[in-house]
Amino acid sequence: MMLSPKWFLAQRLSALLLAPMVIAHLLGIIYAAQGGLDAAEILARTRGNFFLAVFYECFVVATALHASIGLRVVGVEWLRLRGRALDWLGALSAFALFALGSYAVFAVTAG
Amino acid sequence: MKPATDTIRVLIRRGDAHSGRICVYRAPRRENQTVLDVVTWIQRELAPDLAYRFSCRVGMCGTCAMMVGGAPRWTCRTHVKTVLRRGQLELAPLRSLPIIKDLACDMSEFFAKWRRAEGRFHSSPERSGRAQPPVKILPSTPARREADAAIECINCAVCYSACDVVAWNRDYLGPAALNRAWSLQNDARDSAHARRLRAVSAGGGCQHCHSQHSCESFCPVGLSPARSIAGLKRALARGALGIRPHSPPHA
Repeated sequence: MMLSPKWFLAQRLSALLLAPMVIAHLLGIIYAAQGGLDAAEILARTRGNFFLAVFYECFVVATALHASIGLRVVGVEWLRLRGRALDWLGALSAFALFALGSYAVFAVTAG
Repeated sequence: MKPATDTIRVLIRRGDAHSGRICVYRAPRRENQTVLDVVTWIQRELAPDLAYRFSCRVGMCGTCAMMVGGAPRWTCRTHVKTVLRRGQLELAPLRSLPIIKDLACDMSEFFAKWRRAEGRFHSSPERSGRAQPPVKILPSTPARREADAAIECINCAVCYSACDVVAWNRDYLGPAALNRAWSLQNDARDSAHARRLRAVSAGGGCQHCHSQHSCESFCPVGLSPARSIAGLKRALARGALGIRPHSPPHA
């Protein structure tokens, strides 16, 4: 099924999580930019910050879930995909978003 | 009726599902005329083989809907002067429904989805029968108000034709069927709430609605199927989370 009740609910709950996280992320950017910090100074503050790592990893998981479910819908409505092709689109997009996002979180917070 | 002093250029998409062409006609322009009046005049005076559908002519039966200038409308209540563009009227069969001929569509799919969404009223076994006293339904209860808000649908398929999700996903039940389902979900006399919720949550169910509200914008009788679908989505979410659905109070 393109969008089972469980997938529908997962997309809604991930959206619920993403809304405050996006606002917090934007506020963080504005705060850093207003303070005049350069990249090195920002990295000095993010590296080793456990709270930021957990926050952004949750962000990545919610994004991977939310976007991949949405892409399944786009696959059906715009590309006329069905069955296995649809499952591959969802799985690959979720994996790609999770892998790329986690790599970015690791690069910014590890160390 | 005043004699016609002017004419309208009418473009009609004619043909069947496989091949179509645009035919151009000239019809008299009158002070007060509906789109259906124009189609009827063309059929009687110029093109006796023009296929179209109508019945009541007063906005009750929902049979005369077609695309007017690219938008779905009930033609018996649409005045020509409100839709005329540069003296021209463009007519086509309803979008998203199979064409039978000219302006007549096959409504089987539309009503099949209505049935698939459990649009039929299921009486409660313990309350049915002549021996039982009539159930008291207070019009003021929230559930009854929800049911009443959705109940006046005339099944004209204007919302179905206006919906982009229907056009993209042939499986989607569509606004009319889901609106009907929501009306019955709030009817305390109906006994199939659980079954209907499963039906509207299955493949092509209410969760596919993108909340674009085209159904609401075009509904000729001013209903909001989008609002009904939002209610079904809430019920679906409650069900998926294992929260017991509220049973509508009937008195």
